[in-house]
Parts: sequence; structure tokens; C-alpha cells
Amino acid sequence: MDGVGRSLVRYWRSALPLVIVLWSVSGAASGATTPDTVTPEPPSPPSNVAAEDRSNDAGGSVVISWTKSADDGGGKESVVEYLVLRSTSLAGEFQQIGSVRSGVAQFVDQNSIDGTPYFYMVRASDGVSLSLPEVSEAASSSAQWFHTGRTNILVAGALLSFLVLLFIRKAKRGEELYIRPIAGLEAVDEAVGRATEMGKPIMYVPGIMDMDDIQTIASMIILGRVARKAAEYETALLVPTSRSLVMSAAQETVKEAYLDAGRPDAFDADRIRYLTDDQFGYAAGVDGLMLREVPGAIFYMGAFYAESLILAETGHSTGAIQIAGTAMPSQLPFFVTACDYTLIGEELFAASAYLSKEPLLLGSLKGQDWGKAISIAILVGGVILVSFGMSKIVEWLTTR
Amino acid sequence: MKKQIPLLITFVAGMVMLVQYFIPHRPFSEVYRLFNQWYLVVAVFAMILGIGNLIKIHSVRLRRRGSGWQYSIVLLCSLGVMGVAGLGWGIERGGFFDYLYWNMYYPLSSTMFALLAFFVASASYRAFRARTAEATLLLASAILVMLGRVPLGNYLWDRLPLLGDWIMSYPNMAGQRAIMIGIALGVVSTSLRIILGIERTYLAGR
Amino acid sequence: MSIVERLEKLDRRLIFVLILLAVVIPLVRPIGFKIEVSEPVQQLYEAIESLNPGSRVIISCDYDPSTMPEIYPMNQALARHCFSRDLKIVGMGLWPQGVPLGQASMEQAAEEYGKSYGVDYVNLGFKAGGIVVVSSVAENIPATYPQDYAGRPVSELPIMDGVRNFDNIELIISLSAGDPGVREWVMIGQGRYGKTVGAGVTAVSAPAFYPYLQAGQLVGMMGGMKGAAEYEILMEGTGTASRGMDAQSVAHGLIIFFILFANFFYLVGRRKMPWKR
Repeated sequence: MDGVGRSLVRYWRSALPLVIVLWSVSGAASGATTPDTVTPEPPSPPSNVAAEDRSNDAGGSVVISWTKSADDGGGKESVVEYLVLRSTSLAGEFQQIGSVRSGVAQFVDQNSIDGTPYFYMVRASDGVSLSLPEVSEAASSSAQWFHTGRTNILVAGALLSFLVLLFIRKAKRGEELYIRPIAGLEAVDEAVGRATEMGKPIMYVPGIMDMDDIQTIASMIILGRVARKAAEYETALLVPTSRSLVMSAAQETVKEAYLDAGRPDAFDADRIRYLTDDQFGYAAGVDGLMLREVPGAIFYMGAFYAESLILAETGHSTGAIQIAGTAMPSQLPFFVTACDYTLIGEELFAASAYLSKEPLLLGSLKGQDWGKAISIAILVGGVILVSFGMSKIVEWLTTR
Repeated sequence: MKKQIPLLITFVAGMVMLVQYFIPHRPFSEVYRLFNQWYLVVAVFAMILGIGNLIKIHSVRLRRRGSGWQYSIVLLCSLGVMGVAGLGWGIERGGFFDYLYWNMYYPLSSTMFALLAFFVASASYRAFRARTAEATLLLASAILVMLGRVPLGNYLWDRLPLLGDWIMSYPNMAGQRAIMIGIALGVVSTSLRIILGIERTYLAGR
Repeated sequence: MSIVERLEKLDRRLIFVLILLAVVIPLVRPIGFKIEVSEPVQQLYEAIESLNPGSRVIISCDYDPSTMPEIYPMNQALARHCFSRDLKIVGMGLWPQGVPLGQASMEQAAEEYGKSYGVDYVNLGFKAGGIVVVSSVAENIPATYPQDYAGRPVSELPIMDGVRNFDNIELIISLSAGDPGVREWVMIGQGRYGKTVGAGVTAVSAPAFYPYLQAGQLVGMMGGMKGAAEYEILMEGTGTASRGMDAQSVAHGLIIFFILFANFFYLVGRRKMPWKR
């Protein structure tokens, strides 16, 4: 080897250790270390890894839970996430199916095949290295035929239905059923009569929700009865609606009512009109109609929101007699303040039975009342039990 | 037959939705998802129906020069402009639709809602009278809660907000819950009548 | 008509003018009443404080411009709070008008905290259906919202990486002015899936939600402009809600004065004419 060559070899011999140190340090700094290589100490593993079928679902889900690593939230606080892996056999290859942040001790595998047993592995990671693996017992998912968390609702629903059907049966057999007088409903005739005397139209406002709201359906039922009265007295009936479907339903209802009353010629479809879906646009439209048409009687029946007082105050300023009915607890105070009569909550649903006096409908009302009596008994009984430390009833009444 | 088919549809749909709540197993979970999707589609079509109806009514009024026909022009133009602006240029911030939204729709909507402030005052002045013992109690609670819910109450007496909160959290909530329970029972009873076809007035006629 | 009867039946236009003055004057010349934070608002604040950075929060804007004075300040305060804690916001709306409002509040807060769209927040937009949409989101968010409100595929947005359904969401907050709104989120989110749900509602509907608060179905709640003002206080700032509280205080005081005034003349009238009710 010549002199230059010997210098070069001497250079590399002395530089080599430095190169090796620099190379390993740069490797660590760039995060190029792969799991299981020589690194600072890995985090403690999670423990008690358990897997079980997710209950009360349509299958395909397994819930994996574990006790957090000692280094998660305590100790070195180095855990940043948990990796969840899955395999169909203990000896097989585990594939990662997901991860959760530190502090979380549960993961749901939503892609399992029903009936196939899976083994789940959970490893804590500090971003650089992984803990030792912890594996669960085999678990497989399945679909359930009954949601056990809703047993209480099934029992309550069945009991209420039984009571309603029982009293309907009693009514069918001709049994006399008493219901208390409801001032708002007794005043319906009076209101229609007053409007007729003054030669003014009746206005019926069916709320601002669509036909999928039970209050709107109840409103259509009452509209049928009011329309029948209006047809008999030959009083004009105005029905401004906030939804297209409600307008169609209202037109059909009023048309049939006029037919029933023997006055099909008096029916005018244009008096049942769609205004707008927009809440305050509708309020403005109805207010305008009230001030121009000056009705003698105004009915507000259905679901209302903030526009309730705007409508009721404007109606009051026209001097009309006002009867309201809604199952919106937040709007009841406004109607009570501004209207002459108010149907509170369930009285709206009782209206159809009350106005028609049909035995079947009265029977269902009775069943509903008995349902309420049972609710009150459970409330009182429950309060007493819980006061004495027996809170099992609370657990049983909770829905999952 | 005209009445039977809708009643049958109501019964089947009602029973299916009732049953699927308790049975997570397929096909009931799929049925629920399917009904959900159908409802989303129907809701969109209902919107189209409503807009079509609105255009029809106001076009007819305009043609016949019915009462308030000038306002029908305003309505139809507004509908057209907003629709074209949104469909043509998008609804993103800074666009024409967005400009109309913030500078026309928003002030109009807020103004109508603001009417409530005035109407609450006039309704309270007219209707809140201490006619009976219960009315007096109601009056006193209303005043306490109204003061408790604004900083003025805290300024007058630092316990007033707590008193107002107590009235809201206990007596008020008890009353609200009682009404809600009654309503829930009424809803179950009415729904049962409709599903079983006992209540048919909503379908028109007896 | 005697003076008593005349005062009892005061022209309501005079009442309207007095209310107008009671609201406008404090806005122009603030009084500076102190605002105390109530427990429901504190609980909501703490629910967000307890989340780890990187957690995802759904903020559902279920309101429209008519209730903006009450609810928009809540939206702003929440967006600021989430970004200050490095939480990720998944915005959406069950009301179509809520979507641009939510977007505006998130953009404002993003600018303050240096957050970017698609990475730290997203606006999925509006879908018709109310409770149906909530059920759909609970099961599969990308299937319900394949695109965000501006038409971008959500699969391309980093914030939606690994987000499939409610299992990947830590907190849901519904800012609601009616239906659909808080009730739907509580029924499905909390009732069916056990998620933590918070609410921001108008003052008039707040009483209806106290049962949910008491039962633990809502983790916290802001009620009306006062609730928004309290949250602004907790965020150590002021906003439109705090400034509006003075006007609200004076207006409340005036209405109480009207009620007492009217009752005074009613009772005087009754004494003089006991047969008249």
C-alpha cells in the first residue's frame, strides 16, 4: 500500500467508531427504530384483556376491554395509545384492527363475522416501542333476538295497551264511561256560535310541525270536528298551514266534514292554504291574515314554538275568542296568558274522544287514565323505597 | 277499499317500527335502517311538493289579480333569486347566496322573533292579575325567576339567582315532568288508536 | 272611564315604546352588572376541560338566525374553548340555517387559535330527517355524510381519518332552538349509545330540559343569553352575550314594574268596586 493509501486506512480506522456512533444517534433521532429493536425500556403492558360479544345488537361487534397500563396516567405516563390486534387462532398472525388513545380502556371491533371465534391482543405504545402483548380468550359475535335493556319499556307498553284495549272492549259492550268536563272543549261550540253570530270567519291554526308529529295528527282530528260544526252553521273556515303535507291532509279532512254535514257545495279548498315552512315567516303570514280577515274565533291546536305568543297576542288584539291546545310544555304559559281557554298537554289528545263522544275513543281515554294512575302509584312507591335506600326500582326503570 | 289500504299500511308500518325497537337481530335492524332512508327521501320530496304548491298558489293569485297580488310578486321573485343564487353559485361564505342570507333573511327572521319581547310585556301587563291565591303565587314566582335570571337580580340580592334556580329546578321541573308523563301516555294511547285503525279522522271522514 | 280603569287598560303601544327604550339605552350606555356562573354552565365547561387533546366533539347547530342573539354567542364560545384545548370539532346541523352559522363561528375561532379546516375542524352540513339523521350518524358518519357542506369528500379530510361513528366521538353538544334538537341527541346519543351530551338552548325552552340535567342525561347546559354570557365569563372574555345582559336586566326590571303597576291599580279598583272582578 502506498503512503496515501496507508493514510486513508489510518483515517478510516480512527473515524470508524465516530461514524458508527453518529449513524446510530441519527437513526434514533429520525425515529427510524422499528418495534422490538434495542430502545429505551418499553411501557408496561395492559392487563386483564377480555373480549365479549356486544349485547343487544344485530351482530358483527365484539367489545374488547382491559385494565390500563401502569404507565398510562401514572408511573412514567409514557403511553400514548393502545394497539388492538386480532387473529382467528392463538398461533396465527395477529393483524392490527384499530387503536385508541391513552386513557381509554375499551375498543369495539365492528367487523367481526358472527360465529367466528377471534383472539384479541392489546399492546401499549409510547410512540417508540410496544409493550409485551396481552391476549384475550376467544370471543365471537352474535345477533340477539331480544333487547334485554328494553324489557321495562315492553312491560310498560304492554300494560298500557292492555288497559286501553280493555276499556275499549267495555265501551263496545255499552258500559257508561265518565270523563271530567274540559272547559276548552266545551267552549268549542260556543266559539263557533259566537263567530257565526258576528258574521265573522273561524280561523284554525294547526301548528307548525309536519304530519309525522302526533300533535299535528291530533290537530287534524279536532279540525274534522270543528269543520263539521262550521259547515252546519255555514260559517267560513280559514286554515293556514305551515307544511304542504298538512295542507293536503287538512283539505281532505275539511272536505269530508262538509260532506258529512250535507254541505259539500260550501267547501272552498282555497281557504286551506300553505304559507311557508319558515317559523317566523308563517307567524307573519298568519298575523297578516288575522288582521285582514278579523276572525270571530281562533283555534290553535298542535305543536307550536316561539311564534305561539306572537300569534296569540295578535289574535287577542282582533277581539276573537281564542282556544288553544298544545303538548309543548314551554308554550303552554304563553297560551294560558293570551287565550280564553287552553287544553293542556294530554287534553289535546283527549279532544277527539271528548268531542265525538264515541264509545271506542272514550274507552281508550279511560285506559290512558288508568295508565296514569299506575304511573302515580309507581312514583309514590318508588320515592318511598328510594328514601329507605332500596334503589333497585330506579335501576329497573332505567332504559339502556 | 280506499280506506282499507291506508289503514293496512298504517298498521303494518306501525307494528314493524314497534317490533324492531325490541329485536336487534336481522332483518329488523335492516328494516329500521331502510325505513330511515326512505323517510329521508320522502322528506326531501315533501319539500319539493311544498315549493311547487307555493308557486302554484301565488301564480294563480297573480294571474287573477287576487287580494295582495303585489306581495305574490315579491314572494315569487325572492324564491327565484335565492334558488338561482344557491344552485348557481353555491352556498359558501362570501357568495351571493351567503350575502342574501346574512343581509336579508337573518334580519327579517330576527325581527319577527324580537316581536316576542314586546308581546311578552303587553301580555304580562294585561293578564298577570292577582285574581286568586294561586294567581298571586304564580305572580310572585314569576317575579323571583325573572329577577334571578339576570345580573340585576344578583345586584339586588346575591341569593336571588339561587332562589330563581331553586324554583326552576324543583317546583317547575316537577310540574314539567307531570305534564310530560301525561303527554307521553296520551301519545301512546293516540298512536295505538291510529295503528289499530280505531282513530280514522286524520284519514278524512269517519 | 276612571283613571284607575284607564291605567289598567293602558294602550299597549306605550308599553312597546318603553320596552324599546329599556333595551336600546343599556346597549348604548352599558351599566356593567356582574354575571355569576351557574352550575349547569360550569358542568358543561368542565365536560370540555376534561377531554384529552385530539378528542373529537360534535357540535350540532340546530338553530336559525331568529335565535342567533341567544345561541350564536354559545357557538362562538364553544368553538373557542374547543380550539384552546386542541380538540377537534365535527360540525353539522339538523336545521339547514344552522350550517352557515356553525361555519362562521368555527372560522372565527380557527383564525384566533391558528386551526385549519379539514385538520382541526370540519362542517358536514345539513341533512333532512332530524332523529333519522342522528340514528344514521350514530351508526356510520361517512355513509351519512360522504361529503362535507362544500361538497368535498370527507374521506380526503385528515380530521375524519378513522372516524366511523359515535364510538370515535367523545362529546356531543347540541345548540338547539327547537325540534329537531337536544331531545333527539339525548334520545339516541345518550339513551341508546351512552354518549356524553351537552346542550345550549334558548331561555324559553331551558326549563323543559332541567329534567334531563337532573337525570344526568345532559352533562351540562347553557340556557339563553345568560348561559352564553356565563360561558364567555368562564372563557375569560366578553362577547355579544355579556354585553346584552345589561339590556336584558333592564327589560326584565321594566316588565316586573309593569306587572306590579297593573296589579296595584287592579287591587285599588277592586276595593272601590268589589262586585267587579
